[in-house]
Amino acid sequence: MKTYNNKAWWFVLPVILSVAFSAIVPLMTVVNYSVQDILGPDQSVFVGMEWFREVMRDEDLHGALARQLWFSLAVLSIEIPLGIGVALTMPAQGWRASLSLVLVALPLLIPWNVVGTIWQIFGRGDIGLMGKLINDAGISYNYTGDSWDAWLTVLLMDVWHWTPLVVLLCYAGLRAIPDAYYQAAKIDGASRFAVFRFIQLPKMRNVLMIAVLLRFMDSFMIYTEPFVLTGGGPGNATTFLSQYLTQKAVGQFDLGPAAAFSLIYFLIILLFSFVLYNWMQRVGTGDKT
Amino acid sequence: MARIELAGLAHSYKANPSEPSDYALRPMEMTWNDGGAYALLGPSGCGKTTLLNIISGLVRPSQGKVLFDGKDITNLPTESRNIAQVFQFPVIYDTMTVGENLAFPLKNRGWKTADINKRVAHIAEILELTPDLKNRASGLTADAKQKISLGRGLVRPDVAAVLFDEPLTVIDPHLKWLLRRKLKEIHHELKLSLIYVTHDQIEALTFADKVVVMTDGEVVQIGTAQELFEAPAHTFVGYFIGNPGMNLLPCGYSADGVRIAGVSEFLPPRRGLRMGEGSLKLGIRPEFVECVAQGTADSLPARVISARNMGTHWLVDCQLGEYRVACKQRTLHSVAAGDAVGVRLPDERILYYVNERRVA
Repeated sequence: MKTYNNKAWWFVLPVILSVAFSAIVPLMTVVNYSVQDILGPDQSVFVGMEWFREVMRDEDLHGALARQLWFSLAVLSIEIPLGIGVALTMPAQGWRASLSLVLVALPLLIPWNVVGTIWQIFGRGDIGLMGKLINDAGISYNYTGDSWDAWLTVLLMDVWHWTPLVVLLCYAGLRAIPDAYYQAAKIDGASRFAVFRFIQLPKMRNVLMIAVLLRFMDSFMIYTEPFVLTGGGPGNATTFLSQYLTQKAVGQFDLGPAAAFSLIYFLIILLFSFVLYNWMQRVGTGDKT
Repeated sequence: MARIELAGLAHSYKANPSEPSDYALRPMEMTWNDGGAYALLGPSGCGKTTLLNIISGLVRPSQGKVLFDGKDITNLPTESRNIAQVFQFPVIYDTMTVGENLAFPLKNRGWKTADINKRVAHIAEILELTPDLKNRASGLTADAKQKISLGRGLVRPDVAAVLFDEPLTVIDPHLKWLLRRKLKEIHHELKLSLIYVTHDQIEALTFADKVVVMTDGEVVQIGTAQELFEAPAHTFVGYFIGNPGMNLLPCGYSADGVRIAGVSEFLPPRRGLRMGEGSLKLGIRPEFVECVAQGTADSLPARVISARNMGTHWLVDCQLGEYRVACKQRTLHSVAAGDAVGVRLPDERILYYVNERRVA
């Protein structure tokens, strides 16, 4: 007869409790809302999967989801290469290194709604430096009226705001490469590109994975900056998922559909992060899947 | 293959070196013969890695020239020199297989695939890496990785010299021996010049035909293991090589002979010694000191501080006058700490140093 010692549960208990309060309980509240129709403070009806069905058929949601996917894709395909590129050109040591780090990190220190406000003014055709210059150059640019302009402005703002994060991560990854690698590459007669391809890029793998995941999750949940800059407009041009959700939950007070969508939203992010993570784990290691 | 000459070579990491201590490498002249196995031996920070990096071109010397077969290559970049270097930590390209790692230097130099494959197969055979050729290099053990680093150097047929910068630091002790033997085999087979930097005297003495001993940026002696053991040219070589190192006893010289401070007996005078020449030291290897019974002829009175049996030999520490003398011998009559004994310093084994350099 084997005896089990259950003392270990006591050690796990604090973690279970803190995770319960920080994640599971709030999440369950959302689950609770998502299957009920809240008619009044004390009145609710169980509706099963009804809200999920409704949300999935919502045309506005499809639009927001598509915009969101394109946006995140654009963010990743611009910020990651740009971040790597900037990190590669930054000085490795001395006062120049410190100075460039501070300069690069500046946008990260600005509160998100302030970033939105900065770009709102910056892009204005009448008084904004960027908007005025573009218009003066003969290119019609108006982010409040033209949906394409609005979308590009939000993208540009995100690139400005968040590429520094990718730069910092890549910079840290690059600095962690021992000098011997570069020396060996010199002795082996490797070209500048070969050094990047076979030393720097593989050694940055882990930081790049963090950068991609962080930028994907953050860009997929973007809310404050476009809200301040364009308010989701013109039309729905820059209404991304978070804003759509907020309109549903706070604006229209459709708690049920909003809760159902929150869960779907959560699962989409989880799924994409999982796929990205697994893909990046394997890429470049030669393990065939 | 090449003869390597260092002409008036010196290096300082400071912009305007004025004092000797500003130099990481003090001015030196040296010639290394083609096909020789040399070791640069010295404590950390003595300038041996700087010297190695100057030869490989990773560091440009502040003075002097490096010549390969009489050709000045001081200003040639690393990739144009026929040099291979193996670093302290194995450098491998993680994303490549072992074979691709070995082929990399040839690929960069524009070789044809067929030629590359032939050469890689040959080198892999020598290094016993053939079974791993198709495997990823990142999954291998440290010693296999270090062999790959070495292989990337050997694969180039035009390599003049292979430089090693403490290559066995991260290798398990029992594999160190195997890898060192492999190196000797390769040296024998390919007749390459090898220059091996280490702070481990055993490694240096077993690996190299000639050992270059360095300290404080200065080469103090170049010699075979036997020369370094029997006739250290500098007190540093005396105490750095050997376990324990040479006994170095300050002494005075007068018309009556040599006298160690605190000892009343004189040692016989020696030709070549002159009076009042700076600080005189007597050097003798512990292996040549004899610990004998008190009052034995030609012995100096001493007192035992400790006596330990080291398995193959006894190690006795004695107080002789004001100094300690270590004595290493096969057999020992029973002694204990505090006993009065005699210490014999055979005259033919005694070396004299003035200002740290051997004079007689």
